[in-house]
Amino acid sequence: MEKLMEIRHVGYSYHTMQGETPALHNINFTVHKGDFLAIVGPSGCGKSTLLSLLAGLIEPEHGSILLYGQKLFRKAGGTIGYMLQHDHLLEWRTIEKNVLLGLEIQNKLTPAAKERVFDMLKTYGLYKFKNARPSQLSGGMRQRAALIRTLALEPEILLLDEPFSALDYQTRLTVGDDIGTIIKKEQKTAILVTHDLSEAVSLGSQVLVLSKRPATIKNVIDISFPENISPLERRNLPEFKDYFNKIWKELNDNE
Amino acid sequence: MSEISLAQQKFLLAQKKHRRTVAAGRLCIFVLFLGIWEGAARLNLIDSFFFCSPSGVALCAYDMLMDHTLFIHAGVTLFETISSFVLTTVLALLTTIILWLNKKISETLEPYLVILNSLPKSALAPLLIVWLGANYNTIIITGISVAVFGSVLSLYTSFQSVDPEKIKLIKTLGGKKYHILTKVVLPANIPALFAVMKVNIGLCLVGVIIGEFISSRQGLGYLIIYGSQVFKLDWVIMSIVILCLLAWGLYSLLSHFEKRYLKRIS
Repeated sequence: MEKLMEIRHVGYSYHTMQGETPALHNINFTVHKGDFLAIVGPSGCGKSTLLSLLAGLIEPEHGSILLYGQKLFRKAGGTIGYMLQHDHLLEWRTIEKNVLLGLEIQNKLTPAAKERVFDMLKTYGLYKFKNARPSQLSGGMRQRAALIRTLALEPEILLLDEPFSALDYQTRLTVGDDIGTIIKKEQKTAILVTHDLSEAVSLGSQVLVLSKRPATIKNVIDISFPENISPLERRNLPEFKDYFNKIWKELNDNE
Repeated sequence: MSEISLAQQKFLLAQKKHRRTVAAGRLCIFVLFLGIWEGAARLNLIDSFFFCSPSGVALCAYDMLMDHTLFIHAGVTLFETISSFVLTTVLALLTTIILWLNKKISETLEPYLVILNSLPKSALAPLLIVWLGANYNTIIITGISVAVFGSVLSLYTSFQSVDPEKIKLIKTLGGKKYHILTKVVLPANIPALFAVMKVNIGLCLVGVIIGEFISSRQGLGYLIIYGSQVFKLDWVIMSIVILCLLAWGLYSLLSHFEKRYLKRIS
């Protein structure tokens, strides 16, 4: 499979007047086209820092991140889509204006692009809400709108930063299923950061387990389920709990 | 309308009654105040030379309306207030944007802004008049000087309190500082801008009146100072009443725009 992104010996520390806090240490992995990489790790281990690095928002202190063999920092606009923990739909904009925000910023608001986004709104059941305000939508619908806003720029890679953590459990399952299916359908490569192991197993094709801070990669576990099975259906298969236990052990194994 | 249940009807009736009571109470206070004042003046309980009377003030207002001097004085004050209000708002917004764009500038200027804001601005007015001369511009600048520093400080604070995750969102969409400003920071701060503007209406009026006190030939401030010097106290009281009306009118106008804005985004 085609190599999309390479992460080579990446390290990062936070600096304050009180001192230096190392967050990531010697991180190495490769993302191939069509991968769904789930990253799990103990809370506060630097998962979000890793995503900010992968999004090109901050520059690695050590090592390099390459996208198609090119240095990534600050050139990501559009090629990497980032879904934040909360939907952050802007309340002063309608749903239509919210999902078009990225195109507007990048000056790519052509009739064709708009048409494409409207098609997505139609496909995912939001078209009739396009003139509504974010506050009029349910949590799941808001999250879908946020995903469409991200997909509107046709990113090569989607970064998901615990995008379901703000939802209640039931919504979380259905939205996780929803989003997983959408990403598969749109044939996107995705990197998901989560602390929910079952989410990682139900969505991922690979699970990357991080250690405590400063985070290093402890193990990479390949996940394989039969093709064309939805994330929700995965949860009912016997392999699911094996993978779950394996990752659980890996996380709690403090050597 | 047959759909409305009995309980709902009862509730609506109670609400209506409540509103009526409040309105009647307000009217009562107004009428009672004028009545007692007028009565006390007529019965010589108070000296109507110093305290005037509602009818005296009304008569004075009528006379000045007839010879148009009232329009001139109120018009001058209104013009100066609106000018300084508009300039203050524009100036404060521009300054805040510059401070927001550059952390070095904002940190350097912060102590100066705090000092200028705490300074009683009426102390500056005499200086301004000596430097700039006794004209409209000086009075408008006095109005600005009263309101602008506080506006910058409070606008800057609310610019700073924009959700950093929303800023991150714009960055993840490939936006630069300009986009963060126009897509998130400015729209998120429109309610704060309205709040600042509501305070500024009053402050600009204060500044303009101070300016007029010190040096002017026209305006309500002039009328108040001149009236008190020649013991034409009906002028003074009438001017104060008109000032109340002006402040109330400008404030309501702004509230109206604010409500319209809030309605548009919900």
